[in-house]
Amino acid sequence: MAQVTLRNVVKEYDELPAVRGIDLDIADKEFVVLVGPSGCGKTTTLRMIAGLEDITDGEILIGGDIVNDVPPKDRDIAMVFQNYALYPHMTVHENMSFGLRLKKVPNEEIKRRVAAAAGILGIRELLDRKPKQLSGGQRQRVAMGRAIVRNPKVFLFDEPLSNLDAKLRVHMRTEIKKVHQKVRTTTVYVTHDQVEAMTLADRVVVMNGGLIEQVGTPHELYHSPATIFVAGFIGSPAMNLVHCGLEEAAGALRVRLTDEISFPVPAARTVRYRAHAGKAKLLFGLRPEHVTENRAHQTANQIPFEVSVEVTEPMGMETLVFFNLNGAELCARTNPSANVQPSARTTLLADLSNMHLIDQESGRVL
Amino acid sequence: MSASLRRERRSALIWSYVFLVVFAVIFLTPPLYMFITSLKTSAEISAAKLPWWVFHPTLDNYSALLTSETYLTFFRNSAVVSLVVVAITMAISIPAAFSLSRMRFWGSAALATGVFLTYLIPETLLFIPLFKIFAFVQDWTGIELMNHWWILMLVFPTLTVPFCTWIMIGYFASIPKELDEAALIDGAGYLQVLVRIFLPVALPGVIAATIFAFTVSWADFLYPMAFATSADQMVLPAGIVSTLIKGDVFNWGQIMTAALLGAAPPLVIYAFLMDYYIAGLTAGATKG
Repeated sequence: MAQVTLRNVVKEYDELPAVRGIDLDIADKEFVVLVGPSGCGKTTTLRMIAGLEDITDGEILIGGDIVNDVPPKDRDIAMVFQNYALYPHMTVHENMSFGLRLKKVPNEEIKRRVAAAAGILGIRELLDRKPKQLSGGQRQRVAMGRAIVRNPKVFLFDEPLSNLDAKLRVHMRTEIKKVHQKVRTTTVYVTHDQVEAMTLADRVVVMNGGLIEQVGTPHELYHSPATIFVAGFIGSPAMNLVHCGLEEAAGALRVRLTDEISFPVPAARTVRYRAHAGKAKLLFGLRPEHVTENRAHQTANQIPFEVSVEVTEPMGMETLVFFNLNGAELCARTNPSANVQPSARTTLLADLSNMHLIDQESGRVL
Repeated sequence: MSASLRRERRSALIWSYVFLVVFAVIFLTPPLYMFITSLKTSAEISAAKLPWWVFHPTLDNYSALLTSETYLTFFRNSAVVSLVVVAITMAISIPAAFSLSRMRFWGSAALATGVFLTYLIPETLLFIPLFKIFAFVQDWTGIELMNHWWILMLVFPTLTVPFCTWIMIGYFASIPKELDEAALIDGAGYLQVLVRIFLPVALPGVIAATIFAFTVSWADFLYPMAFATSADQMVLPAGIVSTLIKGDVFNWGQIMTAALLGAAPPLVIYAFLMDYYIAGLTAGATKG
């Protein structure tokens, strides 16, 4: 059990920066997910924590000790790889006990620990099989079992679910969460799947271009994204972003999307946004679930507006409605009973109390 | 549609068998002829009545060779040379292939290519410079290298090490990198990764290399002819030709018998390791 600290960590491959100076504090027992598009530096960061990559600059601490020059085997970590990396010539039991045997742990102790880990993961009856006799989900469990038996300070997961089919992925996601709740080992988990990040993490670290965009709980990232990247990356379908103007008239602010459509800024946001009135490059952001079908009962911040629907996608529990506004394709999540039809004019309802205003130049959410 | 597919498949099968039979006949005829000849007396061979039939089968050739001190010496020399060459080759090739396939260091790529290029130089070009080297060594140290059967244990690895290293680089490179990383994190050192992960996983490749090294050192003809001249220092291939052909007298019965007996050990080894060998040759062709 240990905390992990990254201080201004930099990784360059032949002068090409992969990670450009990141600071991160991971608390003991915490489940942190690094998420971002491919090439954002998340896997490199994980491999640096594991000791599989040298770091170009900065410091990595595990349990308070600087481990920059400590080889992987002495860092007391366990890693689960994307392709599981099970030793093909060993049985499940041998795979799980390999690390313990290298450490000359007594046989009785090894048996006990493997049995305990196999119990947690429900793979007791597989212990005598070879990896090739296992399904993808079972291999995944064995890879986790190999990590658990070592009882390390830190678990590292490198996109462990991306080789599984969609259904199994959702199932194993839950399993991983259950395992973490049982063993409470500090965990760093890398994925490019923002749903995985949101569902698993105590805190999510969103990375982009070798830098950290934002660190926060899933709730914080979703409701208060700090940058345009986070706003667009977290959430599916993605947040609606459209160019807008911010106009001030008689002490009140209005967001203008087109000549016809403008929304009053909620009173609570007026002070925060006032300084930006008249700015040229602003984006208006509103998540699809905050654009709904028109309703009879509206609060003060729910403003109806009329659009031409382009496409509808009935999902069963909701119908996604796509329309074009000021050059951007936007999405609304409507109740199927509203029966919005494609190629028709329809009135939608924007909930401005959840709006975001983004400065396009700095990329910051205001 | 399915009828024409079946017809196509049948004609493919027929042609496969035609070619298999043709090649089997071509390749099996010489050993069969050797076997027939080995059962004949010299008189019957020279009578040449019907080469493909034995009228008076005899095991005289076999008993003569197996009681001949000289022939048994060839056999023993060959066996020792081959086993030691295999051991030396593996001791050098396995660590070399491991480091060239896994550890990135300055010049490793050039070295790997160099290893392969070394193999491309034929021994017919090498044995004369090797003579010079032996002479040079003798001038400097006084150690006589010529005309000793054991010198082959030092010479053959120059043929086997590059090739075995090269094919094992291929096998080792096909092992996913995550496997050694997992082992490193599990607490293994590089040597443990090699012995406990790489060797078992790449076993077919190691066995293919072993068979190659054994076959080369068992069957090579040129170097033994060039470097060992007296009868007690010879290995099988050179020994058979040198001692069983006296002037212009060819003792065909014994030559064929000796060759057959000489071919037996590789045959036995192939038979036992064939499955591994084929698995080794095709490893990495499909996703495991």
